[in-house]
Amino acid sequence: MSIFQELKKTTRHLSRGQVHDHDPNAPILRAENVSVHYESGNALEDISFELIPGERIAIVGPNGAGKSTLIKVVAGVQTPSSGKIQIFGHHPDGHICIAYVPQRTQVDWNFPVTVADVVMMGRVGKMGLFRNPKASDWQIVQKSLEVVSMGRLAKRQIDELSGGQQQRMFIARALAQEAELILMDEPMTGLDVTSQDEIFKILDQLSKENVTVLISLHDLKMASERFDRVILLNKELLAIGLAEDALHPDNLLKAYGGTLQLLPTDKGMLAFDDTCCEGEHDHA
Amino acid sequence: MLEFILEPLQYAFMVRGLAAAVAVGIVSAVVGTYVVLRGMAFFGDALAHSILPGVAVGYLVGGGAREPLFWWALVAAILSALGIGTISRNTKIKEDTAIGIIFAGTFALGIAMISTVDGYTVDLAHFLFGDVLAVRSGDLSLIGSFGGLTILLILVFYKEFLVISFDPIFAATLRLPVRLLDFLLLILIAVTIVVSLQAVGVALMVAMLVTPAATAYLLTKRLPIMMALAATFASISGVVGLYLSYYWSIASGSAIVLVCTAIFGLVWGGLTIFRRVSN
Repeated sequence: MSIFQELKKTTRHLSRGQVHDHDPNAPILRAENVSVHYESGNALEDISFELIPGERIAIVGPNGAGKSTLIKVVAGVQTPSSGKIQIFGHHPDGHICIAYVPQRTQVDWNFPVTVADVVMMGRVGKMGLFRNPKASDWQIVQKSLEVVSMGRLAKRQIDELSGGQQQRMFIARALAQEAELILMDEPMTGLDVTSQDEIFKILDQLSKENVTVLISLHDLKMASERFDRVILLNKELLAIGLAEDALHPDNLLKAYGGTLQLLPTDKGMLAFDDTCCEGEHDHA
Repeated sequence: MLEFILEPLQYAFMVRGLAAAVAVGIVSAVVGTYVVLRGMAFFGDALAHSILPGVAVGYLVGGGAREPLFWWALVAAILSALGIGTISRNTKIKEDTAIGIIFAGTFALGIAMISTVDGYTVDLAHFLFGDVLAVRSGDLSLIGSFGGLTILLILVFYKEFLVISFDPIFAATLRLPVRLLDFLLLILIAVTIVVSLQAVGVALMVAMLVTPAATAYLLTKRLPIMMALAATFASISGVVGLYLSYYWSIASGSAIVLVCTAIFGLVWGGLTIFRRVSN
């Protein structure tokens, strides 16, 4: 984007007129033939899908499948080489209803801010330039923290949080943002089962309030057990749908090839990938 | 003791020097907080060096006058800040390489230009290491107005700079003009460098940007407190440095930087001992 375009955007931001009205008949998210090409090759090819409001949907696929890239394209921070993303019928650029939760490893946990400071960042888009947080903003921050059971940790330094608390703080930031679509990049990586359960409980609550959640994962078992729908990705969109259909062994073999392990159990055929986890290395 | 403190103050050049050192210290410490948190120390160092051709043009054009030096340095600093930003964004060359290319190239150009003047070594040394005791009242008002403007902008865009520094992707989803704010921050660093030019010179500039802020970073985990502490350390360094310079005849810029470094060393050492003991 050129500096000139940015300036135009800033003027809109200043007048606070940049937020598109939501078209009630349009889907919350529609991806149409989205492709992303890098000099080193293609990251995403011809991806099309739509999201249903309030659903919880997981993106799975091997390392380098383009999961992080897809999330960035949906967030509107990366422009696809071709195709388009629409949020409530408009380009994502004009929406501040999309919340992004970074991979924990991408965050500088020594940054000198408190939990409340980070959650307040969710209000920055609503406040507009040249305005300071008001008492009502701080109330929203506190309420958001209470929803994720972190009301007492508002004044904590972020480097004192456990992995689960770090993730819940970012969910609180999305709540303070009043987001309708929450994008999370590998939020479960490195968390113990208890912390994961706590996060799923919060996500259940969000679902009831019609907040849509799109999450990238590497854990196929979790994707199949705890999500409404699953997107199976390996540069192309190989399948989208209920876990039992999308994660059909034939599809999984297409996605994972030789790295896949199939395991027959009493619940049917379970498939695992053995690629490891600490963040996929997409081209940023 | 009182006499020790008051004696230098009877000289107008000392009073002006102290005012300049404190003002420069506060501005560069506050801006330096972001330099430290965003890991831009090398960028700051390079930017300081790359204003030399601007200084040289001002020197050649103005024939020793101060004002042209300031304005030409400002133009050079803003151009190189934008140049570095643009090259590293638009090519596959990594940012530190882009910085290295522009830094060394422009610094060499500056030296080449200044060296065309007879007896250039004295003036070159002045630009490289600064001389805060040679500050005139006209310089003071430039330092005051541009320094004040810089601090004001840092405060006005406080929450935006915080978000783009902590989580740039999230900032983009808030539809903040991230690139524009990034450039604004680069320009503020550039202005800070030009404002501080007379106090510490090109070569020692990076110390004013990073050392007080890094010292403060060791002591606090709150950004506003970090800025306040950094400004305090920098002001103390300016004052103590100038007294050292007065009584021991040390070059003023290096005296200020040495005090900054000593404070960092004391805080770091003190904290290390404190942690050992309290464990």
